[in-house]
Amino acid sequence: MRTIDLARTAIANTFRSKLRTTLTVLALFVGAFTLTITTALGAGVSSYIETQVNAFAADNVLLVQAQTDATLAAESDGPAEWDPESSTSSNAQAGGTPLAGAQAEPLTDDDLDAIAAIDGISGLDPVRTVSTDWVSHDESGQFEFAVNPQSAVTVADLEAGAQLDQGSSSFQVVLPNDYLEALDFDSADDAVGAEITIGMTDITGETHELTAEVVGVSRSSLFASGAGANNALVTELSSLRTAGIEGADENSVIAIAYLDDGLSTTEIDDVTAALDDAGFSAQTIEDQLGIVTTIIAGITGVLNAFAIVALIAAAFGIVNTLLMSVQERTREIGLMKAMGMSSGRIFTLFSLEAITIGVIGSLLGVGAAMLVGSGIGAALAAGPLAELEGLSLFAFEPLSLLGVVLLISAIAFVSGALPASRAARQRPIESLRYE
Amino acid sequence: MSSLTAPAAAPPPALEAVHLSKHYGSGANRFDALSDVSLSIAAGECVAIVGKSGSGKSTLMHVLAVLDAPSEGEVRIHGTNARSLSARALNRLRNREFGFVFQQFFLNAQQSVIDNVTLPLTIAGQRRGARRERARDVLASLDLLEKAAAKAITLSGGQKQRTVIARALAGSPSVIFADEPTGNLDSATGALVEDLLFSLNREQGITLVIVTHDDELAARCDRQVVLRDGRIVSDSAAPVLEEASR
Repeated sequence: MRTIDLARTAIANTFRSKLRTTLTVLALFVGAFTLTITTALGAGVSSYIETQVNAFAADNVLLVQAQTDATLAAESDGPAEWDPESSTSSNAQAGGTPLAGAQAEPLTDDDLDAIAAIDGISGLDPVRTVSTDWVSHDESGQFEFAVNPQSAVTVADLEAGAQLDQGSSSFQVVLPNDYLEALDFDSADDAVGAEITIGMTDITGETHELTAEVVGVSRSSLFASGAGANNALVTELSSLRTAGIEGADENSVIAIAYLDDGLSTTEIDDVTAALDDAGFSAQTIEDQLGIVTTIIAGITGVLNAFAIVALIAAAFGIVNTLLMSVQERTREIGLMKAMGMSSGRIFTLFSLEAITIGVIGSLLGVGAAMLVGSGIGAALAAGPLAELEGLSLFAFEPLSLLGVVLLISAIAFVSGALPASRAARQRPIESLRYE
Repeated sequence: MSSLTAPAAAPPPALEAVHLSKHYGSGANRFDALSDVSLSIAAGECVAIVGKSGSGKSTLMHVLAVLDAPSEGEVRIHGTNARSLSARALNRLRNREFGFVFQQFFLNAQQSVIDNVTLPLTIAGQRRGARRERARDVLASLDLLEKAAAKAITLSGGQKQRTVIARALAGSPSVIFADEPTGNLDSATGALVEDLLFSLNREQGITLVIVTHDDELAARCDRQVVLRDGRIVSDSAAPVLEEASR
């Protein structure tokens, strides 16, 4: 039997018992739909996170802090005992970083020297403590304002304008776009190049005002909080804060270590290991955000597990459908074998019927998932999730869609194998008996 | 026809059974469906295999048509021992040389007449155009061409059996096995179908093996082989053999 005839016969046979085929297809449809939706959701959220992380993290930067007692505790039994001699109470840094997990000891000058001495580190910036009170523009009122002290390592997700010029001596700011309306800007482009006034109070209680240029407008982001400021502005804010008082500058908890250009991943690992030996913990920004990605992957995994359960149920449906079909068509199979059809071709015929059911179910499921997903995604993006800019909740990637169709067809094939082999093994004379 | 050929180059019989036995089960449950059956059917012969239900006549037909393997003995088709053939060759043999007509038709009810008739050609791997052309020729010769597109389920009993015969003829077989071909038909229609089968035998020289318990149908054949309890009790073509088996 020619392959095209086999395929044609298989497809025709699939539609012979319409109700039964429809029910089996529905079961697969549910599985395909769920799998497509969850995969797309995972992909959509992950790609959003990734964009955020990529936007956020400059390359070749390590965040270094002293190893916390909590870090050490992981290697011993429980938390370390409080020792008034060696331990100091640790406090969160003002304008704190959203990235710092456990609270660590401040880095001493010796620490900073030790870190800078490690091979592969070309520069070191302690993260300075800055505190700002308000921001205003022209006749607008004064609005609460915070500067992200880690602007040096972040690359803002820009809506308009340019990134900060860290080398410039003029004061530059990247303004979050939720300030636009408050500061009377018509649009993001309107804000670029404008001068804004920043107000702050130093530790003696005296107030200061600074003028800075808005070089860019950033989109709201999951990770970056506050406005970005270039080195010149951060240094100025920091020194204003201490009001020239010796020792008033608290030591930084986190330092940003700049790596030599062109280090490979293993070389970066070497640097991290060297820092670890010296009693510091170092992480790339991706490391710190890894947990978020892990959680997303976990949620997607659980959802996919549900889809797989649905598919397993559907697989039994296929087995059942085809077994009934083989039962019903005993004589037809016998006749075809009597007429010289080989067992292999009979097996292929029933397998193709299973695959036909699989392909129909998966295509319908994937199609429906795309329609529903796009609809829900658009509705959510316009409504409850409007604040997460750049998020498309469902990302339908052609490869993963193809993967879903192939997976379900494969499941259908495997489920069809038992009934198909039963059909293939049937002996023509048994099938043709009618006495 | 065989008388025209020189005795030295006589063609081997179309079908030959040599000391065939077929039994099912073992020990106390052993059931002998066929015991030491020997039979030779020449090309172009018309043979009725007669016997009561359970006499082993269907089993004999199945073994002769290489649908089933004998427990002992051998079957030769045109002189070739069936045991020496691979499964693939047996499939080919049944597809090319044999046509089957069954009492219960075994038509695919939802398919058109022509699709039913082309089935052996489809299995043989012929192209759609060629096999439909051949099927139309066969249907035309059986006066069924106007029913070609009709679903098999809409046909009358006689039309169904003629469709079955068309299907058996589609592959231009040298032997047609007919198992109770008129069993499901009223006598008038049955007679028509019988005429058709005998005319195929007479005009196209197709060897006919008819399994039946209908004595009238058997009497119309050139030769009657009677089976009882798995043994040949009479063979009208070989009275000597019949004596020997008693």
